[in-house]
Amino acid sequence: MHKIGLIISREYLTRVRKKSFIVMTILGPLLFAAFLLIPAYLSTVETEVKTIEVLDESGMFADKFESSGNIEFVYVKTTLEEAKDYIPAGKHYGLLYIPPITLDSPGGITLFTETNPGFGIVRNVERSVKSAIEDLKLERSGIDKAVLDGIKTDISLNTINIGGDAEKTGSAEVASIIGYLGSFLIYFFVFLYGAQVMRGVAEEKNSRIVEVIISTVKPFQLMAGKIIGIAAVGLTQFLLWVTLTAGISSVIFAVTGQNNLSSIASVDESMMDEAVTEEANMGGGTDPMLMVKNAMDTINFPLIIGGFIIYFLGGYLLYAAMFAAVGSAVDSDADTQQFMFPISMPLILSIMVLGLVLKDPDGSWAFWLSMIPFTSPVVMMMRLPFGVALWELALSVILLIAGFLGTSWLAGRIYRIGILMHGTKINYRTLAKWMTMKQ
Amino acid sequence: MTFLRAENIIKKYAAHTALNDVSIDIPPQSIFGLLGPNGAGKTTLIRIITQIIEPDSGQVYIKGEKLNPNHTKLIGYLPEERGLYKKMKIGEHLLYLGQLRGLSKPEAKEKIRKWLKRFDLTTWWDKNIEDLSKGMQQKVQFIATVLHDPELLILDEPFSGFDPVNANILKDEILNLKEQGCTIIFSTHRMESVEELCDEIALINHSKKMLQGHKSDIKEQFKTHTFLLEHTQPIQSVADAFEVTDSSDLPGQPTLSTIKVLNGLSTNALLQQLMLQTDIKSFKERIPSINEIFISQVNQKQHA
Repeated sequence: MHKIGLIISREYLTRVRKKSFIVMTILGPLLFAAFLLIPAYLSTVETEVKTIEVLDESGMFADKFESSGNIEFVYVKTTLEEAKDYIPAGKHYGLLYIPPITLDSPGGITLFTETNPGFGIVRNVERSVKSAIEDLKLERSGIDKAVLDGIKTDISLNTINIGGDAEKTGSAEVASIIGYLGSFLIYFFVFLYGAQVMRGVAEEKNSRIVEVIISTVKPFQLMAGKIIGIAAVGLTQFLLWVTLTAGISSVIFAVTGQNNLSSIASVDESMMDEAVTEEANMGGGTDPMLMVKNAMDTINFPLIIGGFIIYFLGGYLLYAAMFAAVGSAVDSDADTQQFMFPISMPLILSIMVLGLVLKDPDGSWAFWLSMIPFTSPVVMMMRLPFGVALWELALSVILLIAGFLGTSWLAGRIYRIGILMHGTKINYRTLAKWMTMKQ
Repeated sequence: MTFLRAENIIKKYAAHTALNDVSIDIPPQSIFGLLGPNGAGKTTLIRIITQIIEPDSGQVYIKGEKLNPNHTKLIGYLPEERGLYKKMKIGEHLLYLGQLRGLSKPEAKEKIRKWLKRFDLTTWWDKNIEDLSKGMQQKVQFIATVLHDPELLILDEPFSGFDPVNANILKDEILNLKEQGCTIIFSTHRMESVEELCDEIALINHSKKMLQGHKSDIKEQFKTHTFLLEHTQPIQSVADAFEVTDSSDLPGQPTLSTIKVLNGLSTNALLQQLMLQTDIKSFKERIPSINEIFISQVNQKQHA
């Protein structure tokens, strides 16, 4: 045990003292904070107002287009040919040409611009034209717009989770964002640190230090010590990130004040569904900031963070053992590719099915994939924010533990032979032979 | 009395047999030369002694005790293919290996200082391994091997990468360690260092032990009853007594002849016979070198 402790502390200290680790640890939270703050900043920046000339040959839309946001409409009386001539050189952004159309067949409306218009502008203009035509149609049917506005209602469904001890107001959006974050972090960490295990093992093998070491410790101890030491590096990085991100964010929020915070919330919402937010704001509905805050309160953060640590460790141990076996078998980095892909397949797969899991977090896909040890770390992180029955969680963790004990055992058998083998051609048959070989 | 005894070691791999019923005895406080051509099974035997691998059958005893994990700290092993962690500093690297071999941290530090001083490397504690030349790395590796005062030292090609000056320093350290009671297994292809250092030798070829014994006994066993003679007058072979196999005849110099004794003629009788024919300038028995024994043994096996 003393020796394995020495190995762990060497693996840990040499990595934590590296410049790249320190840089990543500081840069990570800054990047996270930037992800939060840049959208907020951008939303406060006034974008340039673009003026669009309207040439209305149908005569239906006089003063019907409301200038909104960054688009201003100016009505002109000219011909299309003339306009086409002066638009490229003109001071206005473009020309919206409306041919003589009827309300029932509004085709052929064209936007002429000097440069290719951005997606946002096209959408804005489309929306203006659409709502103008709809208003006209309403008028034609004899419905007053004021009456219609009165009918419009803002509904935002509150979901209440009564599975737990107390009633909780939940939010599917917040839960899925947290689920995605957890899943991707596990995926990313398993790959990042799994690859470090593989490189570390290959370095020991190829620098030939390994023979000296295993004349004092068992090969399995060396492998386990390396895997555990690197796991500790990963956990250190994660915990530093959590603390630093929390620290940096709270400092920035304290400095910039509450305003930005609410604009961040509305920006986030607008990314999900712009129209809903607009209506919600217009109708003076629920304060989105309050909604996010309420939803955050329903997330059981100790469970999520605890779950993250357990599933990160379990998933990492499972995959790192296999990565270590690959590192021990190959003579050069180039040979690792053929083994890396099949090994990381289930991990990539579990990221690909996240959408499916999200659709129905309690469905059979979600259930089975969160039981299979190869996919459970990523998939279960997606399910956790939605609430998972205790027995499922327990079973999944037990299977994961069994899984990594299994892969470690198999990997250990390949490793003990592989680290001393040089110049052997490696394929799956050789690996299988090593597995069954006596020491 | 033996320090290490290996009995009937058999180790088979899928395609070939690495060791076929090999037994060796190593006396304490001796330098034991483990010889053999490439691929003969030396490394396999060493790996069995260092408990890196296990034999299929047979037993190894150290000081009469069956080989067990407690023995690892008695052993210092310098493999032929050896490396260091490139990203570590010399001091911490030695500290790590010393502690792995069971030294406490303060003990290890003290011994590292002592050894660095011995090799004139006192300022090296904080140097990066990757900045060292190959020879310097070899020195660090040697220190790492002997740091924990092992009772059994296994050195596989210890001189490779050393210049003659440093090789001499290393040789002195090895002899010094033997004086202090260390038993040393020495595996090499450099026969001149075997001649110089070894007390006992064993020759392994094609996974079998060809011979083992005290160096001088083996030489005795392989001597060809040949004598070198410097003389002035020409000599003739005498039937049933001796045969002149070779004679050089350079003008103005005594003739140098090689004489092979027949039918167990004693040295004195041979001299009497020769004195009848010529004046003798010098007379010396030709003792085979380890190199010759090695080559003749390995070739004989190949031709058989």
